[in-house]
Amino acid sequence: MAQPANRPVFAPWNDPNEKPLIRFQNVTKKFGEFVAIDDLTLDIFRREFFALLGPSGCGKTTLMRMLAGFEAPTSGTILLDGVDIAPIPPNKRATNMMFQSYALFPHLTVWDNIAFGLKRSDMAKDKIPARVEEMLRLVRLEKFAKRKPHQISGGQRQRVALARSLAKAPKLLLLDEPLGALDKKLRQDTQFELMDIQEKTGTTFVIVTHDQEEAMTVASRVAVMDHGKMIQVDTPDRIYETPNSVYVADFIGDVNIIEGRAVRKGDDKYAIAWAEGQPDILGTSSAAIDQGTRVHFAIRPEKVAIASERPEGRANVIEGTVSDIAYLGNISTYKVEVAGGRMIKAQVANERRLARRDITWDDKVFLSFTDTAGVVLLK
Amino acid sequence: MNRRFSWFNATSLTLGFAFLYLPMIILIIFSFNASKLVTVWAGFSTKWYGELLGNQAFLDAAWVTLKVAVLSSTLATVLGTMAAYVLVRAGRFAGRTLFSGMIYAPLVMPEVITGLAMLLLFISIGLDRGVGTIVLAHTTFTMCYVSVVVSSRLVTFDKSLEEAALDLGCTPFDAFRSVTLPIIAPAVISGWLLAFTLSLDDLVISQFAAGPSSTTLPMKIFSSVRLGVSPEINALSTLMISVVTVGVITASLVSKRSIARQRAEEQAAART
Repeated sequence: MAQPANRPVFAPWNDPNEKPLIRFQNVTKKFGEFVAIDDLTLDIFRREFFALLGPSGCGKTTLMRMLAGFEAPTSGTILLDGVDIAPIPPNKRATNMMFQSYALFPHLTVWDNIAFGLKRSDMAKDKIPARVEEMLRLVRLEKFAKRKPHQISGGQRQRVALARSLAKAPKLLLLDEPLGALDKKLRQDTQFELMDIQEKTGTTFVIVTHDQEEAMTVASRVAVMDHGKMIQVDTPDRIYETPNSVYVADFIGDVNIIEGRAVRKGDDKYAIAWAEGQPDILGTSSAAIDQGTRVHFAIRPEKVAIASERPEGRANVIEGTVSDIAYLGNISTYKVEVAGGRMIKAQVANERRLARRDITWDDKVFLSFTDTAGVVLLK
Repeated sequence: MNRRFSWFNATSLTLGFAFLYLPMIILIIFSFNASKLVTVWAGFSTKWYGELLGNQAFLDAAWVTLKVAVLSSTLATVLGTMAAYVLVRAGRFAGRTLFSGMIYAPLVMPEVITGLAMLLLFISIGLDRGVGTIVLAHTTFTMCYVSVVVSSRLVTFDKSLEEAALDLGCTPFDAFRSVTLPIIAPAVISGWLLAFTLSLDDLVISQFAAGPSSTTLPMKIFSSVRLGVSPEINALSTLMISVVTVGVITASLVSKRSIARQRAEEQAAART
């Protein structure tokens, strides 16, 4: 989440004195021979909206189910507020979960679904109705209290599930692909609603998703997982702008990857030889790279400019011919063939009407970008 | 679907149903026969039903049968539901196939064998044979039917509902009682009704498990028939047929309604 400048930046992960709410310490989970979580260490802080992102089977759901108490780690410890939660059964944990299928109880009304957890808590019986009403107001479902789950729409069901899991005011709310069943428009609205509710209640949210846009929208930090390992844990903008590997760069958004050999040109500047007879690509890397190492240069299509005249004063200019144009309404993506048959994508916002477009198929064009626009990646 | 009328279809349908129901229809018709002779029709009468009500031996047997059926089907429902729950829920464990096979084996086991085995067990542990032993024997052979009915419902049961209940603070038993059981109730009820009707008309196993003071209705009918079929027996059998029919129809209606409701819910979910 982008923070307005006049507010203190929310970044507890940068504060060494901050105690994490959840700490995974060298956690491994095996199902028989299959390693679902591989020696994973991770801190999640209070009030965070933490997204676990990865393809199916990467271990993100297992990680969440271990927090809820449905799976136990094979080795390693999970601390919640400094306490090892391994011996605590799910019904005694201060966590609640919103299930992918919502798991609403079909034989109970919306009201009773939300009251279900409260009736099994320490809450005094006469306080329950007020809390249920409060939850119904929070998700704007006051009018549907008496309905059964099958009598309301998918979006409403999703909100009931959210209200039910928030009713007990858990220290930690787990959301397992909460918006997976909603169509795109409703999903976007609900994402903002989720962020709003998270801010209002001050609960720590951990969300599992395979939708990178969703993770980028809602999360304070995103963890990209693959094969039971954390590949990168960072804020959405850093994940996008400075991915630490080709895997992350490729998983989040669209990217051009160009392979080449790196030669050092200055403090953190490198020249990458990528094709015979073509000028080297100039890029930046914060990590030191040995001379002649094989590297991947990653650059986002929207950071590549396209022009029919050779531009002046750009660090990198590459010649090519337009082989394909994808028109998406708000933007157009040009696929440009450059030396060696390689394709580089350039994305341009359609500020003018389509009829005014001066570049078309088979045109000779110049692609250009600055020397800080892309990142040099070792793996 | 081919809805056209054809002589072949009509003939097979008639033959099939005649084969199934002709004996019963004849029995029912002759239960309203005025004559004492079973095979000669002498006009409509309900006097055999009246006489049946005055026959203390039959009424006693009916009472024993009813008691046995209610008790054994209730026990079988509890045990069968538990067995189904464990088999469906426990996931893969060593010997799972063996266990499920062992639960379903009594379905195909000859009743004579089951009955004989029960008899030997009762004798060896010195249990006096009577209503109690019949209840035990009936529970044994009906619980596998309950288990089949309930587990077929549990297979389609969304496990995350139970996890949600645990997550919201239920103990595993509380989760079963307040979430799982209400949802699978239709299957449990139809399992009970099935066990009830099976117990009601069982003869072979009852023969082995019964004592001198505990004659069930099917046993009574069987022993009376050996002295000749009386119209009274026809009347009694007609009554039993109606009880069983009502039981089976109720069981299938209960499960059909729950399936229809489930489907409606799924469709509603798909629409949204």
